[in-house]
Amino acid sequence: MNVTARALMGASLLLAATSAVSAQTTITVATVNNGDMIRMQRLTSDFNAKHPDIKVNWVTLEENVLRQRVTTDIASKGGQYDVLTIGNYEVPIWAKQNWLLPLDNLGADYDQADLLPQVAAALTVGGKLYAAPFYAESSMLMYRTDLLEKAGLKMPENPDWGFITDAAAKMTDKAAGVYGICLRGKAGWGENMAFLTSMNNSMGGAWFDMQWKPQFDKPEWKKTLDAYLKLMTSYGPPGSSSNGFNENLALFQTGKCGMWIDATVAASFISDPKESKVADKVSFAPAPTRAGGSNHGNWLWSWNLAIPASTTKADAAKTFVAWATSPAYTKLVAEKEGIANVPPGTRTSLYKNEAYLKAAPFAPMTLKAIEAANTQKPSEQPVPYTGGQFVAIPEFQAIGTAVGQQFSAALAGKATADQALAASQALTSREMTRAGYPK
Amino acid sequence: MATQASQTASRLMLSPAVLLLFLWMIVPLGMTIYFSFLRFNLLMPGTEAFTGFENYVYFFTDPAFWPALANTLTLVLGVLFITVIGGVALAVLLDQPMWGQGIVRVLVIAPFFVMPSVSALVWKNMLMNPVNGLFAAFARGLGLEPFDFFADAPLASIIVIVAWQWLPFATLILLTAMQSLDREQMEAAEMDGAGPFWRFLHLTVPHLTRATTVVVLIQTIFLLSVFAEILVTTNGGPGTASTTLTFLVYMQSMLQFDVGLGSAGGIVAVILANIVAIFLMRMIGKNLEA
Amino acid sequence: MARNVSTGRKAAVTALAWGVGLVIFFPILWTVLTSFKTEGEAINAHPSFLFFDWTLENYHTVNERSDYLAHFWNSVVIALGSTLIGLLIAIPAAWSMAFVPGKRTKDLLMWMLSTKMMPAVGVLVPIYLLARDTGLLDSKTGLVIVLTLVNLPIIVWMLYTYFKEIPGEILEAARMDGASLGSEILYVLTPMAVPGIASTLLLNVILAWNESFWTLNLTAANSAPLTAFIASYSSPEGLFYAKLSAASTMAIAPILILGWFSQKQLVRGLTFGAVK
Repeated sequence: MNVTARALMGASLLLAATSAVSAQTTITVATVNNGDMIRMQRLTSDFNAKHPDIKVNWVTLEENVLRQRVTTDIASKGGQYDVLTIGNYEVPIWAKQNWLLPLDNLGADYDQADLLPQVAAALTVGGKLYAAPFYAESSMLMYRTDLLEKAGLKMPENPDWGFITDAAAKMTDKAAGVYGICLRGKAGWGENMAFLTSMNNSMGGAWFDMQWKPQFDKPEWKKTLDAYLKLMTSYGPPGSSSNGFNENLALFQTGKCGMWIDATVAASFISDPKESKVADKVSFAPAPTRAGGSNHGNWLWSWNLAIPASTTKADAAKTFVAWATSPAYTKLVAEKEGIANVPPGTRTSLYKNEAYLKAAPFAPMTLKAIEAANTQKPSEQPVPYTGGQFVAIPEFQAIGTAVGQQFSAALAGKATADQALAASQALTSREMTRAGYPK
Repeated sequence: MATQASQTASRLMLSPAVLLLFLWMIVPLGMTIYFSFLRFNLLMPGTEAFTGFENYVYFFTDPAFWPALANTLTLVLGVLFITVIGGVALAVLLDQPMWGQGIVRVLVIAPFFVMPSVSALVWKNMLMNPVNGLFAAFARGLGLEPFDFFADAPLASIIVIVAWQWLPFATLILLTAMQSLDREQMEAAEMDGAGPFWRFLHLTVPHLTRATTVVVLIQTIFLLSVFAEILVTTNGGPGTASTTLTFLVYMQSMLQFDVGLGSAGGIVAVILANIVAIFLMRMIGKNLEA
Repeated sequence: MARNVSTGRKAAVTALAWGVGLVIFFPILWTVLTSFKTEGEAINAHPSFLFFDWTLENYHTVNERSDYLAHFWNSVVIALGSTLIGLLIAIPAAWSMAFVPGKRTKDLLMWMLSTKMMPAVGVLVPIYLLARDTGLLDSKTGLVIVLTLVNLPIIVWMLYTYFKEIPGEILEAARMDGASLGSEILYVLTPMAVPGIASTLLLNVILAWNESFWTLNLTAANSAPLTAFIASYSSPEGLFYAKLSAASTMAIAPILILGWFSQKQLVRGLTFGAVK
């Protein structure tokens, strides 16, 4: 082979390489640093193998930073991201602003009909799906079987708040560092207010009436807050006014809590013997209702993949979303990481999979909790909003956090329940008037 | 003649910095002032309208406003108090001859290298947590009831965390000043029979005034914008016990994305910060003239 | 005359200083120790100081998950870049304020400092819009510009206070000898100011390294520094203390080592006693 030929061949190879590079699309995916998303990031190589023409850049951040980051970008049309990980709180609000692309054609393999109807409903606006659920959770009661037995009690099929108070009293042994119940207390719309809003739903209360008038002056909220304060001040751990999900998780895993009512996703953490000291002594029950009631609080949270309308790479982004949320992805995780680690709560088929039900003893209760959540009618009273443990209006983040501060003050003993409720009523009315409600 | 030349030269040398900072200030400030008179929520596009002083009225009448103002002052003054006193003490200590001075110095400076959110997480969960924290373990070891830091003393706990982060800065500046202290004068005073306390009060303290001024000024600027520590530990609660002005502005502009209200809050914060600055200058400006 | 200090006194001072130093350093030491624990061990209510099963698992996890070197490099470029450009602008400004003070110099300085008092959360939206329109979102250039401007007042201020301590007579003398303005700066002022400049540089590198509002909000995938690296380990659902500790240790280590090696300069640089 002479020099010219070699040079020519080299040049053509180079050319081929360049054209391959230029045909490659790079998409930026913003996601939360929770375990399931980290797993998705780790499995990117499978996506690359199937779609060599798409390169994925990951931006993985903690929840608060990510939400702030992504909201700023989409609202100011910054166009930094092609795929966003957002909650079911944002989806309906953003879809109404036309900030998201509808995802009604994710391909034949996607099998939209397989999605759990409650989860899909929360992501659907005007009959179109605006985000693909990645994993979903509701709330349930997690408890220590050994402590309950010691207290001489038996968990009813549908515990009510009266039973919880009774059980908490009997399980508490402060000298041994065991507290009957752990609940969220740290101020925040996604922290204590997620729990308290859901608890208030189960008491038959609501955030707003049909005229968007706040309801903190109604007996339901009073009942909710009184019961919560009684539980936490008598049987809760010290420091509960700054405990969120993670703090309670650490408490439960180290054997400090008799009961804990929180997101279903916690079940897999407390049943993991590598992380939890009490893994073999936990069981699950539905989130409590009021005596004789049937409402379990309507807690539903899902992390979803959505595509901002501002993206210039919609096709590549759609390909990615379809890969990460389709049944094939579930199979992939099952093969590579074990079936217990597949993202839960989004598909009916998963809860019919015998292998999964065997590997995840909490699965039936999780499914039951999700199926009990009605985001379209969060309260027993007629209300103008959708949601569940939150109210799906843009103002809720700030109002929820401000109200959460009032309630955490009551928990810390800095205010009475009545003072906290009156202050909440006043500040919510103020903010709603400012925002121009009723709309 | 030389004077005029150097005056011109000095203007030339000064202008890039002034020009840049002017742009940096006026463009965002101008936009912020403009936004502060608008009804402008990022989450509700298309509703922008001129509203006059409505945003300001809402900001000032926010029930959290006065507590936030008081908390801001408490936080700044508390941290300044701890860091200046602690800084002087540390500077005196580190100025003494000892073995391994370099290593001790690095140990003392180290907190300054830790990012605020990390130090808040470490303090909150690993040290101050009343159940799993190390302090609680100590308290139980001594047979005491663990103290519930963030419920019973939220602001004080945050002050401790922030002071821990800024103590190295104060120490560093003050230590430097210490080392420029005239040894001969010290020794002369010692020969004259002046005790260590007298020497400290009449030689060291006056010598450190100017360094203290710098510490106070620079720290105040940074302390006024503390917020990661609050977000991580208490989220401004319980109640408004640890809500500062910056955190209040954060709630409005980052949670609610109410740009109008957030801008008004930002402007108010700037004005208040400048009042504090003028006040500071009045009080300690003399030290800078020297 | 070297001061004579009794060995006893020196020992006492040493013990006290080490004690205090260790107390102050303890939270960091604890973080480093935690980074070698398992997640379960890290939340143990009866914490073990040294006698636990040391593991490198967290470091493996962190390295597998994120590109530490890329974040590290971004941090270096941003911290060093913004500080150097800041110095370039600030040195002449501080020089002229210190040696040719006008009536308004104090006000000017105060005004410069006051530009730092705007709460960043309040101006995020305007700055974000500007960065978007200039194409500077997620670029190191954009961050260098922003951090230069954010820290410029501090740099000017610090340099000004150091320059002011340089006795004017020396400059007068140089001028008498017929030195031009240029050579005055180059041969007389610079050698005297180098220690001050060095410590300003170090301090501002530290400040820029730890800046975690703008560096988080103006970056995405390409120019995210170590603050974003940390933010991907803090507060996920589930236990995270050990992994966060490992990530923090990795983020703090470079600057701690820098501080270790340059601490003499850092402190001596601020010492003007020698030139007095």
